[in-house]
Order: sequence, then structure tokens, then C-alpha cells
Amino acid sequence: MSRLNAHQILAEVAAGNLRTDRPAMNAGDTVKVFARIVEGGKERIQAYEGVVIKVQGVGISKTVTVRRIFQGVGVERVFPIHSPRIDRIEVLRRGDVRRARIYYLRGLQGKAARIKEKARDPKPAAAKKPEPATV
Amino acid sequence: MALGLLGQKLGMTQIFDEKDRCVPVTVVAVGPCFVTQVKTVDRDGYSAIQVGFGEVKERRLSKGEVGHLKAAGHGGLRHLREFRVDNAGDYKVGDEIKADLFAADQMVDVVGKSIGKGFQGMQKRHNAGRGPMAHGSKFHRHPGSIGAGTTPSRVYKGASMPGRMGNERVTVRKLTVVRVDAEKGLLLIKGALPGAEGGLLMVRPAVKVGR
Repeated sequence: MSRLNAHQILAEVAAGNLRTDRPAMNAGDTVKVFARIVEGGKERIQAYEGVVIKVQGVGISKTVTVRRIFQGVGVERVFPIHSPRIDRIEVLRRGDVRRARIYYLRGLQGKAARIKEKARDPKPAAAKKPEPATV
Repeated sequence: MALGLLGQKLGMTQIFDEKDRCVPVTVVAVGPCFVTQVKTVDRDGYSAIQVGFGEVKERRLSKGEVGHLKAAGHGGLRHLREFRVDNAGDYKVGDEIKADLFAADQMVDVVGKSIGKGFQGMQKRHNAGRGPMAHGSKFHRHPGSIGAGTTPSRVYKGASMPGRMGNERVTVRKLTVVRVDAEKGLLLIKGALPGAEGGLLMVRPAVKVGR
């Protein structure tokens, strides 16, 4: 036990919480996140639909920031994608953008904030592969 | 005081608890530790257990250390530390102490050596404020006044000044053990622990538990 592969062990520790049913997401994708919300002792599922403007972190700590316009106000929510409080995530549309973080979207609205759709879906939702268990 | 364990800091990750909350944890590979010496009030003037941890080649140790470990029935052990305990008589040389010494939800204190930061100024080392960085100011990150003038006409001892920071013994108290993996010898402790990854840590039951 003296020489340990620390990264391997850390990955093993996190592996129990890793969800393999999460689709691969990139900036520009339009996604629908079904989050479990606990309200006064009752649990319900709330859908939140928007554009992924950033994917951050690897392994268990991976998060996506999803932006939508709600009642004329831009709202951004960060979801830890391996959280058990997220029931499921659906990718509705693959966006074609040139940047990994599309912060420029914050300054745009209406027609200007549209995103081109990818000509061919590189990762079809049906044949998604689970991400490798890295930390 | 109670018996604790020596371990190696592996790094941080996060896990989701039973209430689906995200908990930041530091993973520590603890033990197996071996009792290498029992110190008693009669013989040594105080009651303690000396514990060894980590394999090392014998040629890396001095002959004195090898002899001491031979007497304890062991080959090379890299680290030797003492834990003050009241019931030293309950242990005997050669006993193995493992991760199951601790249980989930238990409070622990963790001792380690903080990462060395080198020579640092007042702002980083002593949380001092700084001067304006612009508008013609030339007083950016200076220490400022270190005391009065003619009286006392000297600088008081212990005045905080720039200097070497870090690389010192740090104790973090009252941390929660989130999970114990006795099989793999792992402790998952909530929050950050002192020192670099791979560094030696001493984990012991919390001294002050209350509230």
C-alpha cells in the first residue's frame, strides 16, 4: 500500500456516484434537464430547457451551465450532471458553435441569439457512450 | 487523548450523500499502522503509543532505527509518531491499527504539514490590507508602520512581518468522517486537509467535541 495510484483510487471513490445515463453535451446544445425539486416535503420533477453555454469539470464534478430567457430575463443554472437530484437530461438539438464557452450569447437576444444546428449529429442520443470514470 | 492513525493524503473529490447533497471530501489512505513501542508512566514518565506507518527499504534507515523496528518485529517503517493515550497498557508491540478505528460521522482532528509558500509579504502571510494601486500612489504592498517612534524606540517582539510562509505543522479540528472503507484502508473526510497530495497526515479522534 505504500505506493498508491492516487488518481485511480480517487476515481474508484467517485465511481459509485457516477451516472452512465447522462448524454454527452457540448456548448451550443439545447437541452432539457429534469431536476428533482423538494418543495415542503413533496418531491416533484421540474423541467428546465435552455442552451448549454459551458461544460466544466471532469468526472464526478462535471457541471453544465444552461441558459434560457425566462420572462424576458436571462437565467443561468448550473447543474452537476452526476447529481442524483437530476432525474434525466435530454438533448433536443446539437448546436454548431466555434467556442467551448459561448458567453457571447449573454449579450445577444432574439434573432441574434440563434445557434446554427449541427449538420450531422456527432453523438446521436441513442448511441451515447458512458463517459470514462476519470476524476 | 486517544489513539489515531497515520495516513497519506490522496486528494479531493466529491460524493453525493444519502440526501443527495454534494459533499466535498478528501481521501486519505490510512494505515495499516503498527504499534512499535508502548510508553508507560512507570518507565517513560508518560503514557503513549508509538506507531509506525509506510514501508521503506531498510538501507534508507539508520542502524538505530532498524534495530528499534526489529525489536518491534518489523522491517522498514518510514514514519514513527506518538499518540498520547491513557490506556497504553491495552496495546502491545506489534498490534496492527487499521481504518476501522474510525466510524462514519465521527469527528476527527487532522494534523499535517502545510504546503510551503516561500517568502511572502504581509498581504498573503498576515492578511494585511494594501495601499492604492493607482492614482499616483507609490504605497502598494508595503508593510506600513511596525510600531510607535521614540517611545518605545524599538520594535515589539512578535510583530508580524513578511517572511517564510507555510511548511509548518497545521491541525484542523472537528472534521467529519464521511465514509470509512476498511477494506481498502480509506477515510473520506469532509473538507480540505493540510499539505500536498501524498503528504503524511495524522488522523485522531477530535479532542474537543461539543455543541
